[in-house]
Amino acid sequence: MTRVKKLLSLAVTLIVSASIFTGCGSDKDKVTINVFNWGEYIDESILKDFEKETGIKVNYMTYATNEEMYEMVKSETTAYDLIVPSDYMLERMIKEDLVQEINFDNIPNYKNIDDTYKNMSYDPENKYSIPYLWGTIGIIYDKTKITDNIDSWDDLWNSKYKNDIFMSDDMRNSIGVSLKRLGYSLNSTSQEEIDKATEELVKQRNELNAVYIGDQVKDSLLSGERNIAVIYSGDAAVLKQQEPDRFEYVIPKEGTNLWFDVFAIPKNAQHKAEAEKFLNYLLDAEVNKKNVDYIGYATPNKATLELLDDEVKNDKSAYPDKEVIEKSEVYIDLGDFRKAYNDAWLKITSK
Amino acid sequence: MKKSKSIAQYPYIVWSIIFIVVPLFLILYFSFTNSGGAFTLENYEKLFQPNYMKVFYNSVKLAAISTVLCLILGYPIAYILSKLDPKYRTLLMLLLIVPMWMNFLLRTYAWMSIIGRNGIINTILKAIGLPTMNILYTDTAVVLGMIYNFLPFMVIPIYTVLIKIDQNVIKAAADLGANKFVIFRRIIFPLSIPGVMSGITMVFMPAVSTFVISKLLGGGQYMLIGNLIELQFTTVGDRYFGSAISILMMVIILISMAILSKYEDKDEKEGGGILW
Amino acid sequence: MVGKWAKRIYLSLAYIFLYAPIVFLIIFSFNSGKSSASWQGFSLKWYVSLFDNQRILKALYYTVLVAVVSSLVSTILGTISAIGIDKMTGWKKKAVLNINYLPVLNPDIVTAISLMTLFIFFRLTFGFKTLIVAHVVFSTPYVIVSVLPKLKQMPDDLVKAAQDLGATPFYTLRKVILPQIAPGILAGFLISFTMSIDDFVISFFNTGSGVTNLSIEIYSMARRGVSPEINALSTLMFISIFILIFLANKKDLIKNERKRGKVDD
Repeated sequence: MTRVKKLLSLAVTLIVSASIFTGCGSDKDKVTINVFNWGEYIDESILKDFEKETGIKVNYMTYATNEEMYEMVKSETTAYDLIVPSDYMLERMIKEDLVQEINFDNIPNYKNIDDTYKNMSYDPENKYSIPYLWGTIGIIYDKTKITDNIDSWDDLWNSKYKNDIFMSDDMRNSIGVSLKRLGYSLNSTSQEEIDKATEELVKQRNELNAVYIGDQVKDSLLSGERNIAVIYSGDAAVLKQQEPDRFEYVIPKEGTNLWFDVFAIPKNAQHKAEAEKFLNYLLDAEVNKKNVDYIGYATPNKATLELLDDEVKNDKSAYPDKEVIEKSEVYIDLGDFRKAYNDAWLKITSK
Repeated sequence: MKKSKSIAQYPYIVWSIIFIVVPLFLILYFSFTNSGGAFTLENYEKLFQPNYMKVFYNSVKLAAISTVLCLILGYPIAYILSKLDPKYRTLLMLLLIVPMWMNFLLRTYAWMSIIGRNGIINTILKAIGLPTMNILYTDTAVVLGMIYNFLPFMVIPIYTVLIKIDQNVIKAAADLGANKFVIFRRIIFPLSIPGVMSGITMVFMPAVSTFVISKLLGGGQYMLIGNLIELQFTTVGDRYFGSAISILMMVIILISMAILSKYEDKDEKEGGGILW
Repeated sequence: MVGKWAKRIYLSLAYIFLYAPIVFLIIFSFNSGKSSASWQGFSLKWYVSLFDNQRILKALYYTVLVAVVSSLVSTILGTISAIGIDKMTGWKKKAVLNINYLPVLNPDIVTAISLMTLFIFFRLTFGFKTLIVAHVVFSTPYVIVSVLPKLKQMPDDLVKAAQDLGATPFYTLRKVILPQIAPGILAGFLISFTMSIDDFVISFFNTGSGVTNLSIEIYSMARRGVSPEINALSTLMFISIFILIFLANKKDLIKNERKRGKVDD
C-alpha cells in the first residue's frame, strides 16, 4: 500500500510541476504565429532573431510536398498564419478560396522584390503572395564516379546507372521529368502522354532500380549511397559548396521545371498582422541574405542580390542563364486532371 | 455470487462509444461514400483492381515472411532463455526488452546507416575483401527492419508460456524413457503453441500495417498498405478511398485473428490476461 | 542435445543483432562530423548543442508531458472501468470487452486515422488536447487488460468480509480492493507510459498547432538527415533507462539471493 501511496504522490507532484511548467513556458501574453514551411527551407536562427526584435513567437512547422500542405490547410486542423505554396498550388488555393489578400501597406520591404517576380501567371494581380525563393530541378551527379557527359533527362534511363539513380518523391517532379524526356509539356493533360510517361518510369524502376526519396537526397548523395539524382537547385548549390570538386548540377537540354515558392496567408489565419510583420522582416536585405546563404536557393529580392558574394551570384545552379529559363516551364494547376496524375503515381510507386 | 451493479462501468462505456466505436463507424461510412456524399461502391471497386491488389499482396507476403523468420529465429531464443537459471533469465529478458525503450524510428533509421552502400556492413566486407551487398531500398531491407522491430514480440509470449510449463510433466516423461527430442516434440512444443500463436499475431499485425519501415528502408517508391493509407490521407486527400483500404485491411486482420484464436488459451481471453 | 556453446553463441548473436543499431547510435553521438556516413573524430559537441536545440527540447518536453498526463488519465480511467466491468455479466460484458480490445487489435494506423476523422468531423483544432485524447484511447485498454485479471484473482469473500465488518464502499475500495490490484495498476501505468513515449503513428495523425513529440521530430528529420543531437539525446535517455532498470532489478536480485539462501538451508 505504501508503494501505491508513494506512486500516487509522485504522480501528483509530476502533474503539478508539469502544469506549472506549461503555465510558465506558454508565454500566454506573447502572440504566436504558426508558420508552415517546407523542410530545410529557412535559417532557423532568423526565427529567434525575429522573436527578439518584435516579441512575436514563431511556431514553426514543416511539410515535404505541396500536396501535404494543401491537405493540412484544407482540413483546418491547425490555423496557420503563413504557408509557402509553389506556383501551381497557390493558383489552386486562390481558386478554392483558401488564401486571403495580403495587406501590402504592412510590408514596406516589398519594394526589395525584383519586378520580374511580381504579377506572375499564378497570381496575376499579385494580391495573395510574396515571392520567397525560386529555382529549378535538375540532375546532380558525382563527377568523380560518373565521368560521362550528362546533359539530358534520358541519362537517367541509361542502363549504365543501374542501382545508382535517385528520383524525386514529389509526384509532379518525377512525372514531369518523364514527360519532358519524351518531349511533352510537364503540364500535360493528355491521358496518352501521361500513360507513356508512366510506362517509362515503371520501366526505369524495374530495370534500373530507381529509388524515390525526398529531402534526404542530400545526405544520401554525400554518403555515396547513389551517385546520380534528380534534385532541387538549392540543394545542389549547397552540395556543390560543401564538396566543389565532387558534384556537378546540370539542367538538361530538354528544359526543366522553373518553380517559384511564395508566401501566402490562409483564410483562417488568426494573426494576419503579425504574419505580415514577419514577412516584412524576412524581406529585409540583410536578413534575407543570411537566409539565402544558408539554404542555397535563388532569391527574388534584388536588394539581397546586390549583397551576395560573386561566387554565389554566378553559380549557375542557383542562378541559371536566361536561355535556360526560357526553355523551362512553370507548373500550372491541373484541375480535374489531378486524378489521372495520382493514379499514375500509384502505378509508378507500387511494385 | 451475485455481483452488485456498479456505476464504475458507465464512464468507459460512454468513452469507448465516442472514441472507439464512432470513429470506426465513420471510417466504415466514408468507405461507402464519395465526395458528393452519395452511397457508392466505387472505392471498393477501385480497390479491387490489380494495381492495388498488388500492394495488398506484397504487404501480406512480406509480413508473412517476416513473421515466419521471427518465429524461426525467435523460438530458439525463447527456449534457451527459458532453460536458464532464473536469476540470469530475468536479467536477459530485461535486456531483450530494453532496446524497445529506445525510439523505434531512430533504431530503424540507424539501420539505414548500417546497411547502406557505404555503411558499416559494407565497410567491413570491403575491408576483408568480400564484395559489397546492395541491401538498402530492397525487400530484404524492409524484412530486416520488420524482424528487428518485432522479434521481441515473438520471443516474449513464447518465453512466458515456456516458463510456465510444469517441470514435473517433463520429469515424468524423462522417467518414462523419453529422450530430449521426444520431450520437445511431444510435450514442450505442443504446450507452447498458445505462445506461438500470440507471437504470430503480435508480429504479423504490425508488420502488415507498417508504413515507417517501408518508407525509410524501402524508399518512397515502396508501397505497402500502410503507405497507401498514409498517402490517401496526407497527400492525395481522398479519405473515402483511404477508409476503404483501412476497412479491407481490418477485415484481413480480423480474419487472420479468428483463424489464430482457435489455438488460443480460452481462459486468457475472458479475463483479458495478455500479461499475466 | 545442442552444445552449450552453440546455445551461447546463438544467444549472443541475437543480442548483438538487437543492440547493433543502438550501439551505432551511441557511438555516432560522439562523432565530430555531422553525417553518420563517416567517423570524423571524437567530440562531445552534440551533447552541448543539444541543450540549445529548441526544436528537440520542445519535442522532448511534449513527449514526456503527454506520456505522463495520458498515462495517469488512462490508469485512472482504466482502473475505474476495470472495476466496473468486472461486475458486469452476460452479453454486455462481452461486448464491452470486445470493444475494449479494438484499439489493441487494430493496426495503429487505423486507430490513428479513425480518431483523426472523428476530430475533423467535429471540427476540433488539433493540438495538445487531441493528442492527449488519442493517447488515452490507445492506452486505456492496456490498463484494463492489466487490472482485470487481478480483480478476477481477488477472493470474492474479501470484499464481503470487509463490508460485514462495517467498511463503507469507499473504504473498501481504498483499503481492500486497490491494494490487491495494485500490481495490475502499476503494470498498466508502465505499459501506457512506454507506449506513449514511443508512439509515432497515432501522434502523427492527431496533433497540430506545433505540438510535437520526439518520434514526429525524428521522422521529419529522417527525411533530411538526422542531427547527431538526437543521437546524443537518445544515448542519454538510454543510459538513464538502463540505470533505472539495473537499480530496480538489483533490488530484486538481492531479494532472490536471500530467498535462495534460506531455501538451501
